[in-house]
Amino acid sequence: MSGCNTCSVHGHHFPEPGDGPASGLLGQVEAAEAALRAAAERGRPGAPDGAAGDTDPQEYFTALIEADQKIEPRDWMPDAYRRTLIRQIAQHAHSEIIGMQPEGNWITRAPSLKRKAILLAKVQDEAGHGLYLYAAAETLGVSRDELVELLLAGRQKYSSIFNYPTLTWADVGAIGWLVDGAAIVNQVPLCRCSYGPYARAMIRICKEESFHQRQGYEILYTLAHGTPAQREMAQDAVNRWWYPSLAMFGPPDRDSTHSEQSMAWKIKRFSNDELRQRFVDMCVPQAEILGLRIPDPELRWNPERQSYDFTPPDYAELMRVISGDGPCNRQRMARRRRAHAEGAWVREAAAAYAAKRAARATAPTEVAA
Amino acid sequence: MSDDPRTRTGGGAPAKTADRSGWPLWEVFVRPRRGLAHHHVGSLHAPDAELALRNARDLYTRRQEGVSIWVVPAAAITASSPDEKDAFFAPAADKVYRHPTFYEVPEGAAHL
Amino acid sequence: MKTTVDHLLALGDDALIAAQRLGEWVAAAPELEEDVALANIALDQLGAARLLLTYAGELEGAGRDEDALAYLRDDREFRNCLLVELPNGDFAVTMAKLLFLAAYQLTLYTALSGCADERLAAIASKARKEVAYHLDHARLWTVRLGDGTAESHRRMQAAVDEIWPYTHELFLPDPTAPVDPAGLRAEFLAIVEPVLAEATLERPADDWAPEGGRRGLHTEHLSYLLAEMQVLHRAHPGARW
Repeated sequence: MSGCNTCSVHGHHFPEPGDGPASGLLGQVEAAEAALRAAAERGRPGAPDGAAGDTDPQEYFTALIEADQKIEPRDWMPDAYRRTLIRQIAQHAHSEIIGMQPEGNWITRAPSLKRKAILLAKVQDEAGHGLYLYAAAETLGVSRDELVELLLAGRQKYSSIFNYPTLTWADVGAIGWLVDGAAIVNQVPLCRCSYGPYARAMIRICKEESFHQRQGYEILYTLAHGTPAQREMAQDAVNRWWYPSLAMFGPPDRDSTHSEQSMAWKIKRFSNDELRQRFVDMCVPQAEILGLRIPDPELRWNPERQSYDFTPPDYAELMRVISGDGPCNRQRMARRRRAHAEGAWVREAAAAYAAKRAARATAPTEVAA
Repeated sequence: MSDDPRTRTGGGAPAKTADRSGWPLWEVFVRPRRGLAHHHVGSLHAPDAELALRNARDLYTRRQEGVSIWVVPAAAITASSPDEKDAFFAPAADKVYRHPTFYEVPEGAAHL
Repeated sequence: MKTTVDHLLALGDDALIAAQRLGEWVAAAPELEEDVALANIALDQLGAARLLLTYAGELEGAGRDEDALAYLRDDREFRNCLLVELPNGDFAVTMAKLLFLAAYQLTLYTALSGCADERLAAIASKARKEVAYHLDHARLWTVRLGDGTAESHRRMQAAVDEIWPYTHELFLPDPTAPVDPAGLRAEFLAIVEPVLAEATLERPADDWAPEGGRRGLHTEHLSYLLAEMQVLHRAHPGARW
């Protein structure tokens, strides 16, 4: 925590949750990591760490949460806590995997070799992040195979943002800046989530993702300062991605079904609307530097709230896209199903080979015995 | 991510993950630098030890996070041998674009 | 022998077109772990391509950088071997292509890392370590598919049969090259034949030997690959990205 003496370094004075603006989002991730370590060293007040003793498990669980301690895989936890986490972590993992598609769409056409390398590395990271998250979910007693089946059967969701198409190269920039930006605003508080494996996965992911947002911003900045056609491409992309990005924070607080209990369990730390506001406040000055317009005529600084007033996204559209009627839902799922089906013979071959080799390895021992 | 491997579903044992293709879960341990012990970084699925090791290298050391990897199914431990280190980890050294400092941020742009 | 622009283009184009094909696998690999692995290999190949094309452009002295060479040449000007431009096919075909390419690149880069051209030697020395890993990856999968199920064996054998003819072109004699590829075939065979044997696969006979890539005579596939790769760059002449 760097306090606020760094504020003067920056000309801008938008509100900063947590630590000083100079440290930015990465600073918040590092602060979360430090808090995690500090909590681990503190142990639970009044009891030797890990020794539940004769305490009631529900009480012990609640005490851990209240003391900002992490819940770990072998701890007792309420079934609903486990189910909520599985649902949320799985949805998050699925989002990373499906999210490879819209950007992956431009790898073969990236306009320079440098951009091609960056985009490949970014999409590869997303596969990696999906894997970290599936691993975190698996600590809750569900297998990755089961989660993949639920996704392919349409019984678990992924972020609806990935059901929009990437029509131009500028969309890759807009996804980096806005979609990854919104994701990071959502994810940074998750670094302090009460479930240890999820919090640790998020710390690792947030650190790696900081490059994702910057590469997107850099793409848009270059386009916005390029030829008139490039500039137009950049503005068009921002026009199309702005509201879907706002919708990434979910329904407004008054309609959010999961929020309250998740806040109490410290799975969620801020409400949808709080995070959405934080995102808007972050984006406005960034858009000014880009020289691109945020497509909202109602957008203006509100000195009383010390925040920007803005037009909320079309939540009816969000619901339509979530329920399957976005522009690319069918396409994204079809591609995931096809990759899974076409890979089946490869996965089976590898398993068969491993079984054969294990049999060969044990055969001589059996003879000797 | 340092989660007790023994608590996992099918932790090492293919029992519960055998439903589809039988790729068991492996726990991955990385030695970040010389002088430090291996520590648990996460897990992955692989059909056998060799592929588990390769997958672990790709997944958990993309940013030069390690100089040595162990993968562990159940009781067995498999480590990357020291003479493979060069080819194993050198390729990550030039991928500067994986780090945020590679990108130019225009003056005044914050929260990136 | 003296390094020429054409020699560098041959090396760089092999790596670039291989990377382009591998990039097509993103989000379509048989397992998520393999998505990560294929992207890593693509990144290595792309990295080598950039170093080699940049060097080629500087040696040429006509002001062409890596992007001018990658995006503004037509298929008749590309010097890559035919093997890398062949379509990905199924995972077995992709692994067969990678096995042969990596074995060839490993022998070639190893020889080049001791050549008199210090800049080329340095690039080769770095790339050699990377392709050793690619070879290992392809070897692991070739063995698993060859000695896996009946279906995977059938597919892997078909892939090896399909790709094998294109390996001959890799070793066409070129006495003017920094390292004459003709001398590398024995080493190449010493790498791949034991892999095929371990994979319970039949090593195909040496008969049909298509070639032409090094002279700019390609398969019909390359033009389509380039159309996709170059479309955006060419639509905005002179733009920065």
